[in-house]
Order: sequence, then structure tokens, then C-alpha cells
Amino acid sequence: MNLKLKALTKSIWVFHAACSPCNNCDIEILDLLTPRHDVERFGITLAGSVRHADALLVTGVPNYKTKERLKKLYSQAPQPCLVIAIGSCACGRVMFRDSYNSPCAVDEIVPVSVYIPGCPPKPEAMIAGIAKLIEKVKGKK
Amino acid sequence: MKILFNYLIFPGFLFSAFAGLLSSWIDRKVTARIQWRTGPPWYQNFIDIIKLFGKETIVPEGAKLTFLLSPFLGILSLVLVSTILGKALQSPLESFAADLIVVLYLLMIPGISLIVGAFASRNPLASIGASREMKLILAYELPFILSVITVVIKSAGAIGLGPIINHQINSGSNIASLSGALAFIIAILCAQAKLGFVPFDVSEAEQEIVAGVLIEYSGLPLAVFRLTKAILVYTMPLLLIILFWAKDLSIAALIGKYVAILAMIILIKNTNPRLRIDQILRFFWGPLAACGIIAVILASFGL
Repeated sequence: MNLKLKALTKSIWVFHAACSPCNNCDIEILDLLTPRHDVERFGITLAGSVRHADALLVTGVPNYKTKERLKKLYSQAPQPCLVIAIGSCACGRVMFRDSYNSPCAVDEIVPVSVYIPGCPPKPEAMIAGIAKLIEKVKGKK
Repeated sequence: MKILFNYLIFPGFLFSAFAGLLSSWIDRKVTARIQWRTGPPWYQNFIDIIKLFGKETIVPEGAKLTFLLSPFLGILSLVLVSTILGKALQSPLESFAADLIVVLYLLMIPGISLIVGAFASRNPLASIGASREMKLILAYELPFILSVITVVIKSAGAIGLGPIINHQINSGSNIASLSGALAFIIAILCAQAKLGFVPFDVSEAEQEIVAGVLIEYSGLPLAVFRLTKAILVYTMPLLLIILFWAKDLSIAALIGKYVAILAMIILIKNTNPRLRIDQILRFFWGPLAACGIIAVILASFGL
């Protein structure tokens, strides 16, 4: 395993891309940064600018407006950039699938690396998901 | 050859980068402990830098060449500062005349390189950050220079780092006197502003202007900017030690003093909310500049 990849998996800066969520997932993401779960132990911090990001945390069901924004955000992020779909909405649109304002799912816009289902997912589930993502990135080489 | 060794390895680039990244880790760890978290492992900042070296560098459309050059301008001049300071501590008698003034000028350049890079990136939020950084530099330079003048008066008009250190070794640290203590308080607040730490971090203000001056930077230039900031975390407390607290310069005492000043800076950072730029300007040019003038007057009376 090369040094670059090792460094990437040990210091993931995440950018929070909220695609019209109901905010429950966002609150759970913020829980990750609080003393109880403290993901800075693993080098994970929130980045303000998408140019600093290594991973996009996508929450919610994209609508016609956020669809374009998400596409743009992904193209603005420096490669390698991972996409993490958090919550049932981002994973599979659940009950909004047939809604008039839901054109497509997240993985039809950007390539999603890992899905973390739940409404909202527990912080422990998110940490487990990110651990699986790191395994996947290491295995892919 | 020896100069190159000094610049690139021992008191210069490699050593100061290592010490700076380590002290940035102390900053992150202490911040985490204050917030009742665990905090990152000691090598976290090194990993961050290595990771950024491996990332793609995006140059925004229409950005000038200065966008890529300005981070290097900042780091080159800052490494020169840390080399001068390190050499002055190693052998105070060898330092060249008036190197204090050179250090003061060179310490301004990292801020200027941030401004140049931010304006070259053509991002509206970056230019807000750059204009704030410019006002910040104007704000803190006045009290900082007043406190340095206090030190110069106290050490009988010497404007070299070597003579200042020698004077303190012979007749006690500047901080032990009334004017010296006042000037030290002023200088530590100015160091806080120079480092861009919390009460004075308007130019990077993550919550209002995203990452401000650094918003368009990615990959290598961002790594260089973060390295510059890390070296600044190492350089500023060192400069404060040389100016105010240079009585005992054995290695253990030096490290102890360094950690004490760093802890003071981190505590100020963690117990204060961010000020607006107009409040900062009023604070530095009002009470702090007045304190600086008082310190200069006290020093000229020999207090």
C-alpha cells in the first residue's frame, strides 16, 4: 500500500453537502464531532470549502435545484474524492421515489462509494460505514 | 554550504516544519481536551500535509500565476525568519546588525502572501477574507512595533537579536520589569492575531466566509499554506522568548518557556469568541496601542 493512499485514509476531511434533507441526518453528523464520538481521533474533520474536501457527505433527496448543485460540487472537489450517502433518503429515496419534485437518486448524479442507511443512521453506524469505506479504498489500491 | 544547511535543515526548514507541525498537534490536542474530546494522534498534522501533497491541485479559471507562487513566497520568507531566530539563539554574538528589523519585515510577508493569493483566486469570499486580512495586518502591526520599541529601549537601544539576548542574560529578562510585562501582554495578543487564531481569525472565519483566503486552494499550495501556518506557530513564541524572556537559554528552559507561551496562546484561543474586524481594529488601535505607548514611556523612565 502506498503512502499517498495511507495518508488519505488516515485524514479524511469531509464536506457536508446537504441535498434538501430534513436535517435529522445533519444533526447526527454533527453528533460525530461531539465529545462522545469524536471522529477527530481518526483525523476526520469538517472542511469549510469543497476544495479542501476528501469526501462529500450527501444527505437527503436531491430535487431539481440541488441536483445541479451536487453535480457542480462534485466537479469542484479535487480528486481523489469519495462520496458517502448518509440516510435512507440519500441511499434510495424511500417514500419520495414517486414524488413530483424528485428527479433522480444521489447515485444517478455522482458515484457513491458507500451507503449508510437509517432514518437517521446512528453515529455508530456512520463510523462503521466509514471504516468499511476505508477497507474498500485500501483493497482497491 | 553552511548557510544552506542552516536554511534548509537545522534551525531552518526541516527542523522548524517538524517543530511547527508538532506544536500544531499540541494545539489540536489541548483544544480537544478542553472540549472534553480525545483529539488526534501526534502524527495527524504530518499525515494531513502528506495527504494534501497527493491531492489534485485545482487552479480556478482566470487565476493569475501569483495564485500558485504566493504560498512559496510566504514559506520562504518565514523559513528565513526561523533560521535567523534559531541562529541568534545558538550563538547570540554572531548575529548581524539590526536583524530585528529584518525579522519584523519578513514576518509580515506570510500575511501579504495570503492576501496576494486570495485576490489572485478571483473568488468573492476569498477577496472578503483578503481585505479583512489586510485590515488585520494594519491593526496588529502598530501595537506590535510599540512593544518591540519597548524592548529596544530596555536593552539600551540595541536593534539586533544578539545584543538583546546578551543584555537580558546580563541584567535579567525584560518580562521581569513593569514595562516589559506590559509589552509582553501586547505582543502575545499580536502574535495571536498574526497566527490567525480565534479571537482574530476573521480572515479565515469558517462559519461566515467558508475558508476565506484559503477557499480556492487545494492540494500542494494548500499544503504549503498549512505548513507556513505551522512554522508560524513555532516562530512566534520563539520570537517572544528572545524579546522578553531570554535570561536562561538552556535547552530545557527554552522548551519549557516555549510550551508555556504556546499554552497561553491556545488558552486565549479556546476561551474567546471571534471578534468582528471593526472590533479588532478598535481593540488594537485603541486600548492596546495606548498600553503600548504607556510601556514605551515606562521603559524610557527605566521601569
